[in-house]
Amino acid sequence: MAKITFITSDNESITLEGSSGSVMALAVENGVKGIDGDCGGVCSCATCHVHVSPEDMKKTGTASEIEADMLELDDNADEFSRLCCQLEIGDHLDGVVLRVAK
Amino acid sequence: MTEIKDSKICVVIGASHSGVNFAFALRREGWEGNIILYDADPLLPYHRPPLSKTYLTSDDDIDKNLLKSAESYEKEGITLKLGIKVSAIKREKKQVVLNDGTQHSYDKLVLATGARPIIPPIPGLMSSNNIFPLRTAADVTNIRTCLAASDNKRVIVIGGGFIGLETAASLKKIGASVTVLEREDRVLARVTAPEMSAFFQNLHAENGVAIFSNKNVIAIDTNTKENVVKCDDGTSYIADIIIVGVGILVNTELAASAGLIIENGIKVDETAKTLDDDIFAIGDCTFHYNPHYRRFVRLESVQNAVDQAKVAAAAMCGKETRYDSIPWFWSNQYDVKLQMVGLSNGYDQLILRREADKEKCFSAWYFRGDRLLAVDAVNNAKAYVYGTKFIKIGNKINKEKLADPAVEFKPIHLLANK
Repeated sequence: MAKITFITSDNESITLEGSSGSVMALAVENGVKGIDGDCGGVCSCATCHVHVSPEDMKKTGTASEIEADMLELDDNADEFSRLCCQLEIGDHLDGVVLRVAK
Repeated sequence: MTEIKDSKICVVIGASHSGVNFAFALRREGWEGNIILYDADPLLPYHRPPLSKTYLTSDDDIDKNLLKSAESYEKEGITLKLGIKVSAIKREKKQVVLNDGTQHSYDKLVLATGARPIIPPIPGLMSSNNIFPLRTAADVTNIRTCLAASDNKRVIVIGGGFIGLETAASLKKIGASVTVLEREDRVLARVTAPEMSAFFQNLHAENGVAIFSNKNVIAIDTNTKENVVKCDDGTSYIADIIIVGVGILVNTELAASAGLIIENGIKVDETAKTLDDDIFAIGDCTFHYNPHYRRFVRLESVQNAVDQAKVAAAAMCGKETRYDSIPWFWSNQYDVKLQMVGLSNGYDQLILRREADKEKCFSAWYFRGDRLLAVDAVNNAKAYVYGTKFIKIGNKINKEKLADPAVEFKPIHLLANK
């Protein structure tokens, strides 16, 4: 089980619990605003962009090569950016805070 | 839980990518009335792209590929009426008629009717053993079951488009021996350049899938053991299972009989509205204007389904909006991820960019004069992303540098001097 907190662009904070699947799927399932996951989680659309809290980067790790390339589609991407379809839920993600990209 | 605050009814015909995304977008845009989705498919709406890819090669239940959970619809006050076919639209009464004859009123109507596979009129095809199209989850479940029960697992795929090629790759992966028969002189002829077709032909050959071009299937003979697929050049192929992937027919019948304009699809304006102010159409079934390419197009893609759905929802709620997305698409086959952006039709020059240090990593850039129209990127998300940005902005590209693998692949090196 991992508790994951999303902060939307309206500054709404939503904490969800998940045990498997991707963080994107968890967010879509619960209607987190700003996370669309249009491609279904295959790193093709960049509609699940989040900024990881700097202190949580050690839990999530950094983006893979293809993910980093896809993130370049978004001018708001930074060193803390991830496409959350590429974040697999597990105990290691417990407590992370993700800010949904604008 | 969303409270239904007014009695207005928005009826959506078709609950796949466009219909479902429309429903959720409509709620987000502030629609406070009822939203009712109808679909003939009895299953909770699911992602279609995985059907020919990961879903086909897995033992998963379709529940792992749902567009939204059952609870999400409830939470947003969206009513799903599944396994129900709409048989007519009565515009003058603002009603839809269901297959059981009942009539239901709407204030706004959305046609997200999609398309269906073409089953070509080949003698013996429909009476052959184990013939399947691939469009629905049920199709894939049937293919998986049939393949598992087959001793020889010889599959003939008729049609070398994306569905045919992805299905061939997936079936090969789960133990079938697969042959693809393409009627044109190359695979993917309708959507990509000959250089890309050649790449995919080789990719399949490397993976043990034979692709034969110029194969016009004219008859299928079926005996108790197997099917014999016969082509007009005298060749024939044995199949335990036949997959038909020769394209789609747009579901325009409801719209046509309601008197809406049909032109290669349901014709809509830039807000996805038909000639009737209360009827919109979205997704695969629409013939719509693309401002980047300055022409009407019909697109079969998730991108188009989702983006057009969002535009229609905003327009229905009175927001100023216009559909102006640059089309994009993807395909996965074996270890190759293809990403395409733009529309390449009408190109007069193709530039291939190979990345020196990487195998099976390249991109095809389609130009008309100086104008970049489209990019096909193979295992190269960077090329896809740069292409997207260049097309959007309308940048001029330095073609010599683009083609030169010694030039570092960065926008600053690829842009032509102003």
